[in-house]
Amino acid sequence: MQPAVSIDHLVKRFDPAGFGGAWRRALGRPLKDPIVALDAINVTVRRGEVYGIVGSNGSGKSTLARVVATLLLPDSGAVQVFGHDVVKEARTVRRFMNRVSVEASFFKKLSPLENLSFTARIYGLPAGEARERIFEILKRLGIEEKAIRRPMDQMSRGQQQKVAVARALLTSPVLLILDEPTTGLDPRSKREVQDFVREICDTHDATVILMTHDMDEAEQLCDRLAVIDKGRILVEDKPTALRREGETLEDAFIRLTGHAVEVHEPDKTAAGGGG
Amino acid sequence: MVPLRRELSASYAFVERNFRAVRRYWGWEVVFLFHSIVSALTVAFIAPGGVVVAGQQFDSDRLILFLVVGTVVWAYLDSVFDSVAFMVSWERWEGTIESTFMAPIRRVTFIAGSSAFAVLYSFARAVVILVVVALFFSLDMGAANWVGAFAVLAIGSLGLLGIGIMSAALPLLFLERGSQMTVVVQASLLLVSGVYYPVEVLPDWLEWFSVISPATYVLNAMRAAVLDGVTLIDLLPHFGPLMLITAVTLPLGVWVFGWAERYALRHGRLKRSG
Repeated sequence: MQPAVSIDHLVKRFDPAGFGGAWRRALGRPLKDPIVALDAINVTVRRGEVYGIVGSNGSGKSTLARVVATLLLPDSGAVQVFGHDVVKEARTVRRFMNRVSVEASFFKKLSPLENLSFTARIYGLPAGEARERIFEILKRLGIEEKAIRRPMDQMSRGQQQKVAVARALLTSPVLLILDEPTTGLDPRSKREVQDFVREICDTHDATVILMTHDMDEAEQLCDRLAVIDKGRILVEDKPTALRREGETLEDAFIRLTGHAVEVHEPDKTAAGGGG
Repeated sequence: MVPLRRELSASYAFVERNFRAVRRYWGWEVVFLFHSIVSALTVAFIAPGGVVVAGQQFDSDRLILFLVVGTVVWAYLDSVFDSVAFMVSWERWEGTIESTFMAPIRRVTFIAGSSAFAVLYSFARAVVILVVVALFFSLDMGAANWVGAFAVLAIGSLGLLGIGIMSAALPLLFLERGSQMTVVVQASLLLVSGVYYPVEVLPDWLEWFSVISPATYVLNAMRAAVLDGVTLIDLLPHFGPLMLITAVTLPLGVWVFGWAERYALRHGRLKRSG
């Protein structure tokens, strides 16, 4: 059976000099060493599974999510989503994939209804059907009808993040990439978003890739887990198989990486990713 | 046919969303419109002021009309350029750039939607400014050829869109300075295009740049249509350079944007982090 996602020897480096690097090169000036964000990554995600990628900030999680989501071009290696190359067939891949990032990215002055109507239109959903689905999904999320028409900047971060997940669902993706969907949320909002993700996993026939540094979240939601550190996948297995007797998943992570998971607020590093 | 309809509908999504955003920021819109009207009035007062300063009589009514056409057309062109050139910056500022660029639509659909919004929004603003200024100065525009003026604006917009699209690519190449460079392009167009004076008064080396600015031809043609009521047939010679500039800048703009996007995707510069 064809895998949902197949990543083969993926390498991604970032030039810290940016556009100025070309000038420095032309002038023969010394260049800073490139930052290796992903170092020969090999991953196969099976159809229908929830695949977790755990790692600290700066380990390469978000960079990997962006490459799969067609938002970053790899330097070498290949990434295929349901047999389609993310570079050569980017638009095809985008049709059946969606991503929820660490920040709920919306026009914050617009309402959830307006933001989701926009998404429905650019994904080619008929207006009437879209409106029905928007109300259905948002109500299922527990968002009151009057809040659906209010600007999003009047909602809590947890609610905004739930709308972000709803937006992804609206497009009926067969691959859903959740890039730290609960980072920075208060405990209650975090639990609400996690419950919603669990519900999606149970009720939708979608493959989910979850990037997180929350070990409990990873253990609860994922069928299989990969530990990523300094751009390399260290190990990949079922959460229960990663733990030795008496160990928590966090203990296992420390044993494998040699350090604890550092928890910072949403990615603040350059070059498109912090995880 | 279905994919085309789908792309058109997706383009319309940007028009609809941006107008909704404008409505939500209505307080700022009122302020910006007030600022534009006051600026237009201030510029128009240069004409009667010139009579006093020079100490000799000249046809200040014609000069007022010359300045009003310049200021209203520039308000339109500037707004079109602004809306198009900042389409990437706007998405980045709202934090939606990645979700927009991840949508399964052609990039030209995004550009076309943002451009259509720019033209409609700017046209509506320009009409309001023109009506207020015309009423304020009791301008006699009975001889104006409005059909010709509209045709000039329509064709002229396309040439400017090409330059705007190229400028929109700058923030994809330069995270911090891209938007600043866009303002430099905008200001340069204002200087060389003869907005408030005929380009003949510019030094020779600077006047040369007016030849490549689509705004120069739009302003010349618009003044011919509004001040002198020149017929559509007689306006045709003005359209030649505009169409030539459009034929070069529009496809070039789309190509440059595509190239800049690939650069941003390769170097992780789509989203501004931190």
